[in-house]
Amino acid sequence: MAEKQVLFAGFGGQGVLSMGQFLTHAALSAGKHVSWVPSYGAEMRGGTANCLVTISDEEISSPVTENPLMAVILNRPSLDKFENKIKPNGTLVVNSSLVDREPERDDLKILKIPVNKLADELGNPRGANMILLGAYMEKTQVVEVERTLEYFDVIFKGKKEEIIQKNKEAFLAGIEYARRHW
Amino acid sequence: MEKVLMKGNEALAEGALRAGCKAYFGYPITPSSEIAEYMARKLPDSDGVFLQAESEIAAINMVYGAASTGARVMTASSGPGISLKQEGISYIAEAELPCLIINISRGGPGLGGIQPAQSDYFQATRGGGHGDYHVMVLAPASVQEMMDFAIEGFELADKYRIPVMIMAEGTLGQMMEPIILREPVTKFYDKPWATTGCKGRKPNVITTLHLPPEELEQRNKHLKNKYDEIKSKEKRAEAFMVEDAELVLVAFGLMSRVAKKAVIEARKNGIKAGLIRPITLWPFPDQHIIEAAETAKIFVSLEINMGQMVEDIKLALNGRAKADFYGRIGVIPNPEEITKVVFGIAEREGL
Repeated sequence: MAEKQVLFAGFGGQGVLSMGQFLTHAALSAGKHVSWVPSYGAEMRGGTANCLVTISDEEISSPVTENPLMAVILNRPSLDKFENKIKPNGTLVVNSSLVDREPERDDLKILKIPVNKLADELGNPRGANMILLGAYMEKTQVVEVERTLEYFDVIFKGKKEEIIQKNKEAFLAGIEYARRHW
Repeated sequence: MEKVLMKGNEALAEGALRAGCKAYFGYPITPSSEIAEYMARKLPDSDGVFLQAESEIAAINMVYGAASTGARVMTASSGPGISLKQEGISYIAEAELPCLIINISRGGPGLGGIQPAQSDYFQATRGGGHGDYHVMVLAPASVQEMMDFAIEGFELADKYRIPVMIMAEGTLGQMMEPIILREPVTKFYDKPWATTGCKGRKPNVITTLHLPPEELEQRNKHLKNKYDEIKSKEKRAEAFMVEDAELVLVAFGLMSRVAKKAVIEARKNGIKAGLIRPITLWPFPDQHIIEAAETAKIFVSLEINMGQMVEDIKLALNGRAKADFYGRIGVIPNPEEITKVVFGIAEREGL
């Protein structure tokens, strides 16, 4: 697999950095080279946050890029900021619960999912990020989802069993959504 | 071997512990604080001392005191905090005490910002405080090297009785990569000079005051001899595709990995580009530059500052080839941006 870079962006508090960390752990578990670079310092609840994950079969040269292949966007300001940065013919995943406009690019593969609505329906509003991640990973298989599920408990090592289960439920709900709608 | 995911700052702190670091004195500052946090969690369990001092000045003087006893000690900070420590670093350098000083760099001058920078290059490589002295400066480029260089830094510090500084861009401290955990150090240097209690032997005295002029000059000559020895033995750099390179990028730290990608892109487009990545910033690996100048027509220093290392490149070249510079501040430039810069310079120079 050639080097793949995915940007996660949204409000601070939406779990943007955690999503990237989860994917990073999953990639490591699958034996990939991986790096996670956060926008640091300015994050606060309500501020913007983003992180860039690079996954590759070979050693990673630059862990930063101006033009990621994929972007997972959780809010409107992030779509405005990053839509034009995505590589031509790349993938754009949008949280349609909070992004109130259509993407303008016509070369991108656009995947929409109302994650906040789905999380509310699931009775787990804080699981929105894991729903989005499940759907994104199922669709792109950037790291094999089956593999990730095997390692789920390892990735969440140190967390309470109840928390792990809630995250897994949300992740599975995302996978289910991707299979049905994408 | 099993790899674990760690933040750069955590990997560095864990490396220090594995090197036998027994004391940490510091004052928190973004983007370095995870080092202090990690040491605060771990040091008390390993029979060590963690102390958050009232200021950076207090912290470096605690390092001075603890290093006098022969213990492996460290402090970490960022730009403005490193400035505050300079008086103490000058004393430690004169007293020839080993210690590890970490600068997880942010942009200045003044309070500046918290975003990544390499703008403390002059400060790090020219001593930084008053008097004729140097500290050894290591520049890691990956989270693995954050751990490796913490261990290597303590070894070099003890070997030469010199403060060693690790300088890394803020981003490198904050980012995560999988690393292989290094084995703990089990063999340590003897330190017959340490103030460990003088029962049965002559007292060891650690002082930096030398009022008689001859004594002062002898001290400075002694230090110079040591620095010359370090220069002859410890210059380190990584060379990438320089054998036939006509355009050589020079970059350190995380920036060097961006440069590497630009070199690969340039080669795909028929430009004979190469990269020299200084690993020791002091001593500066001038021999690598001189050797590359056999084929290179131009060197381009890529820095996250407004042009500092480029002066060392010019000193090394001494007119052998041209030296150019490209820099940003508060941001790690992207490979796409650097590639454009390389194409532009190659076109201008007819390469």
